[in-house]
Amino acid sequence: MAVGLITLIVLLIGAAGFVAGRSRALTTAGGDIRKLHSLPGYSGQAVLVFAVAPALILMAFWLVFQPLYVETRVAGMIDAADIAEGSSQNLVMSDVRRIATGLDAAIGQGVLSADDLARIHAAPDDIRSRLGEVGIAVGSDIRPGVLRAAEEYRRVTGMLRGAMSVAVIGLSLAGAAFAYTRLSPEFRARNVSETAVRMLLLLASCVAILTTAGIVLSLLFESAHFFRLYPWQDFLFNATWNPQFRGGSDLGILPLLWGTLYVSFVALLFAVPIGLMAAIYMAEYATRRVRSVVKPLIEILAGIPTIVYGLFALITVGPLLRDYFAEPMGLGNSSSSVMTAGLVMGIMLIPFVSSLSDDIINAVPQSLRDGSYGLGATKSETIRQVIVPAALPGVIGAILLAASRAIGETMIVVMGAGASAKLSVNPFEAMTTITVKIVSQLTGDTEFASPETLVAFALGLSLFVVTLGLNILALWIVRRYREQYE
Amino acid sequence: MNEMRLTEREDVTMAESKISARGVQVYYGDNHAIKDVDVDIQDKTVTAFIGPSGCGKSTFLRCLNRMNDTIDICRVEGDIRLDNEDIYDKRVDPVQLRAKVGMVFQKPNPFPKSIYDNVAYGPRIHGLARSKAELDEIVEKSLRRGAIWDEVKDRLHAPGTGLSGGQQQRLCIARAVATEPEVLLMDEPCSALDPIATSQVEELISELKENFSVVIVTHSMQQAARVSQKTAFFHLGVLVEYGETAQIFTNPRDPRTESYITGRIG
Repeated sequence: MAVGLITLIVLLIGAAGFVAGRSRALTTAGGDIRKLHSLPGYSGQAVLVFAVAPALILMAFWLVFQPLYVETRVAGMIDAADIAEGSSQNLVMSDVRRIATGLDAAIGQGVLSADDLARIHAAPDDIRSRLGEVGIAVGSDIRPGVLRAAEEYRRVTGMLRGAMSVAVIGLSLAGAAFAYTRLSPEFRARNVSETAVRMLLLLASCVAILTTAGIVLSLLFESAHFFRLYPWQDFLFNATWNPQFRGGSDLGILPLLWGTLYVSFVALLFAVPIGLMAAIYMAEYATRRVRSVVKPLIEILAGIPTIVYGLFALITVGPLLRDYFAEPMGLGNSSSSVMTAGLVMGIMLIPFVSSLSDDIINAVPQSLRDGSYGLGATKSETIRQVIVPAALPGVIGAILLAASRAIGETMIVVMGAGASAKLSVNPFEAMTTITVKIVSQLTGDTEFASPETLVAFALGLSLFVVTLGLNILALWIVRRYREQYE
Repeated sequence: MNEMRLTEREDVTMAESKISARGVQVYYGDNHAIKDVDVDIQDKTVTAFIGPSGCGKSTFLRCLNRMNDTIDICRVEGDIRLDNEDIYDKRVDPVQLRAKVGMVFQKPNPFPKSIYDNVAYGPRIHGLARSKAELDEIVEKSLRRGAIWDEVKDRLHAPGTGLSGGQQQRLCIARAVATEPEVLLMDEPCSALDPIATSQVEELISELKENFSVVIVTHSMQQAARVSQKTAFFHLGVLVEYGETAQIFTNPRDPRTESYITGRIG
């Protein structure tokens, strides 16, 4: 039985349990809900939880461990002779899996019958063309050992799948029955429901954490792979970025890191003062009417897709900067430049800085403003000397969040700053960033195991480390200074 | 003749009183919060405003240093004079006025700065000190006047927010005193404090009257009786009775005042 179908059945059992549990709770109380510890709905929920939760957890574990079990069992059947020259156990195992799915599909579509399958060992060559008919292409001729392994794989998987259906549905029924028989007026169904809600919320937060862990681990493994092929000293300290598809590339991160930090710095140089001043205007000076118009308008900036900003950089800002600044000043003649990307990215970041800072400035207690005005301070003195210092930790948090955004930005850089990796201080020269190079390394046509491709993971890891560092710094600053007022 | 004597007498009161208010009306939008209040506040005296919640005593207090200007919907009419100068005159800068009429608030509100910087805030803004040494002097003098010097002299550079509630309030008083105001307005300065801190602040108020004219809004009639020489009783936006504190508490002329101080209304 398919996983979806099993889930559906379990949910149906749960729904039935809910209805049954609710009516049983009422019956045990003789129809008077005042005698119940918990409202009948909670009893229904308790039955539902017992029917669904253990069953689904069992299924999740089964689905994780079944392939592991089957693989080890089948892998034992493949002799060394079956592994061709230049191939590996892993590749043969993936063949086994594909043949097994192919056999399933072939039987499912009626190309093969069960009898054919029994006779198949007589003509293993035949099987390749048969599988081809159902859309499963196998690279080489199928060796008898591999075919046997595939059949074993199919058999064990099918058997275990059947066992899983029985076990999961059985557990679901057992859970429902267990909870149903426990129902009585004293049964604390409300507390069961409370626990279930808590677990659900815990699970939701775990998903986020586990995903992060998963991303980090996959980056780490692939990067480790890369560093086996390419020395880490060269990666970190080589000042040239020059990937060659034939091999022998220079893969130094320095020019990319420099480009990333330079573009982000220029972006923040625009975004922070403008965003902060806009926030101060909105929080302290603007009337309610002005604020209700201006704030959403600024926030629209945050909703524009970055590719649109990229177009703006490419078509408008780049040529403008080139014609009126770079060429007259003799600083370059490229419309792609750090300045172009930085400026446009700065515009994109304004709402991040202003919106967050605005909220933070609004959260500064009115009593501090009153205290300052009461001492004869003007509005701007109050803002400079009391409000901004009080809001500073939050504002710095907002700025660092914007910085993380800037460092991770790709589209605007591709279209605004170009794709040539250079170490230069001239802001009107084309440069590029880590994110852009990750994209271009992964979209090339080199084979996946080459250092030129794997370097993308090392770059990703470096980027992750930089932004993680910034986020930790932001959190630390916010925590450290948060309780200054109250 | 008769008329002349009347003007003469008014001049005498003017000279004695620090602040004189005539026909003050305050509106919050359509709400008429203060109705036709006349008060003369004397120099070097503690004047208490008492009355039930929402009677307008705090609102009136905030008229005296134009703090109500910071509220958009608030409108003040009538005539309030400080040393015989109209404080609502167009030529008067409310910011300068607030330096002369200091204010202490209900909840202690030290700035998130060091104790020293809290006190030095006003003098720095108004340029009262020519040198660092002079500023140090002002800070020490103000903290002594705020009766908190001994407790904080060893940690002037610790954050003001780290002090206890009572200490914070005395710090705020010291901060207000540091700009050398002529009048000190206190809006329920003890309502967030425990009894011990309250008695410390009350003692301080009695000392402050040597140098300043103090106006205090309070919910506690005992506090008004303890610290003030003059008491004004507000009810529903009207000044019901104003006189010597002893007279108000022992021999009120208005039946509403009597009901309030004996606890029948409010």
